[in-house]
Amino acid sequence: MNTTTSTSKTRVVTGRFAAWAQQQVGGLLLVIGLILFPFVFSWLYGSPVDSGPPKFWQGQLIVVFITAVYAMSYDLLMGYTGILSFGHAAFFGGGAYAMALFLAHVAPRIASSYRIVGPGGVNVTEIVLLVVGFLAALVVSLLLGLLFSAVSARVKGAYFAMVTLAMAEAIHILSKATDFVRWTGADEGLHGVPVPAWINPIQFRLRFYFVALAFAVVMYLVTRRIVHSPMGRVFVALRENESRARMIGYNPAVYRSLAFVTSAVVAGSAGALYALWTMSATPTMTGAGATVDALIMTILGGIGTLFGPMLGAALMELFGHFFYQWFGARWPLVFGVIFIALVMFLPYGIVGTWQQRSAQLRALLKRASQQRRQDPSDS
Amino acid sequence: MEMDQQPTTDILTVETIHTYIGQFHILEGVSLRVRRGGVTVLLGRNGAGKTTTLKSILGLTPPRQGQVILDGQEIQGKRAFEIAGLGIGYVPEHRAIFRDLSVAENLKIAERRKGDLERRADFIFDLFPDLKRLYKLPGHHLSGGQQQMLAVARALVADNKLLLIDEPSEGLAPVLIEQMMEAIRELSATTTVLLVEQNFIMASQLGEHYYIIDDGRTAHDGAMADLIHDTALIRRYLGASAARVGGEFAARSEQRRGG
Repeated sequence: MNTTTSTSKTRVVTGRFAAWAQQQVGGLLLVIGLILFPFVFSWLYGSPVDSGPPKFWQGQLIVVFITAVYAMSYDLLMGYTGILSFGHAAFFGGGAYAMALFLAHVAPRIASSYRIVGPGGVNVTEIVLLVVGFLAALVVSLLLGLLFSAVSARVKGAYFAMVTLAMAEAIHILSKATDFVRWTGADEGLHGVPVPAWINPIQFRLRFYFVALAFAVVMYLVTRRIVHSPMGRVFVALRENESRARMIGYNPAVYRSLAFVTSAVVAGSAGALYALWTMSATPTMTGAGATVDALIMTILGGIGTLFGPMLGAALMELFGHFFYQWFGARWPLVFGVIFIALVMFLPYGIVGTWQQRSAQLRALLKRASQQRRQDPSDS
Repeated sequence: MEMDQQPTTDILTVETIHTYIGQFHILEGVSLRVRRGGVTVLLGRNGAGKTTTLKSILGLTPPRQGQVILDGQEIQGKRAFEIAGLGIGYVPEHRAIFRDLSVAENLKIAERRKGDLERRADFIFDLFPDLKRLYKLPGHHLSGGQQQMLAVARALVADNKLLLIDEPSEGLAPVLIEQMMEAIRELSATTTVLLVEQNFIMASQLGEHYYIIDDGRTAHDGAMADLIHDTALIRRYLGASAARVGGEFAARSEQRRGG
């Protein structure tokens, strides 16, 4: 009897898993494809997986994964909560600087005095320090998120956007300030950050590729969970009508701050990983350009779709690569024209428009099949 | 005010509140007493200040002077979301649902404690069977009437002591008005309703007590049964068509009494 219940339970579990897998089939296929990509590419190209074009394209995709998370964090703010912020780079750059500063100035001192070696010669200290660096980045971006939402709590719309822009510019100026040149490298940025050897993106590109892929998948699942949580529902409610949310008992200021901080932490984590990838932290990462990138990726992919901005990030990185080859330094000009065309013809972004069209198509098919069912009874 | 002085029976007392919107003095001393249970109706012409009265109670347009007492507790000056949390459900005019959320999400978001919706689901679907069928649809797929029902249903999810319902009949087809009326009658058996209603047929059939707001002041109040006989009063404050409806009702009830 015990065995029958346990088998039925496993059947329920596997059944539920099957249903889940069926729902996520597109996503699962995409992830499997991305896992296989380095090997398939190297096989097709005929060069080893850890050198030449395969290695280069792994690098391109690593950037895509990281910026995808960054764009997604912006969507949480703009797409779901309806907050237009022009200060998003501060969180991304803040995370990057936190990680880089920690690894460059704090970690070596600790690593030189404490050294824990695990079984098989694994350097545990390095792993712990990396985790701590990551946590530091999360804390910094969380504090920045709190600071931003506290300062801008009383303004809305365009004014809000301006305040966030001003604050992000302040962070940007801070990152360029010559006063801290010893630590941050000022204008030049902080280069040659001592990234732990086991995750060094030059030596272990493939390993870094999988880390970045796992990071993107996990962050996507976490963010989707947040969006579908009761808190996420309030975010959408706030976007649509703040006073309606207020009259059923929600404090808009609290939930707006929650959205801001959540988004900041996700962006900060992307920044931290980006610092590892480039082994640097530079003022470009905190600049207005980085915010505009997030904005473009989000609009390109589809506001309020989470996956859309990730796709937007991928497109923008790949466009950037090929357009640079074809048009040289003038590529943003060409991209700008394409961007305008996309906004005109796909006003809800790629994923957003596709979702709408497919919903219309489904409704049309449903109506057609209903009609077909009715016809025989008529005749 | 000609009402009996029993504070324990009042769920809501509004004491000469003054509300400004911008520099405009909208309410110039509105006073109300809403007894526990049943339906109290706010009547008055367009722009008399009925909606502002509801919003002032809820703190959406906080009154500058006067008192609002909910169940013995002064609530004026508190913020709207706090007041809502004390147990006031508000159904604003114009079908104020969240169009981007599904019917289910629209209801769930109104939960104040976990499981509220589960507890109340039978009651809600009993009142508005349509919503069960539409449960997963996004709000913007709903018709006007369905949206209005969802807006009322949303106020029923949490345990509310008092429901403020603003113009539920607005823009509804006659058959839906009937349904809405039935729903409000039914839910008023378990909670208290303060109703703003222009449709005098609906107002007079649902309300036990009425207040007439005119020019931002409480002009008159009493039992609805008395008001429908007072054609002159109705005409003065509510217009000729309402007076006609009132007259018809009065005549009908007279006939019934005679026969």
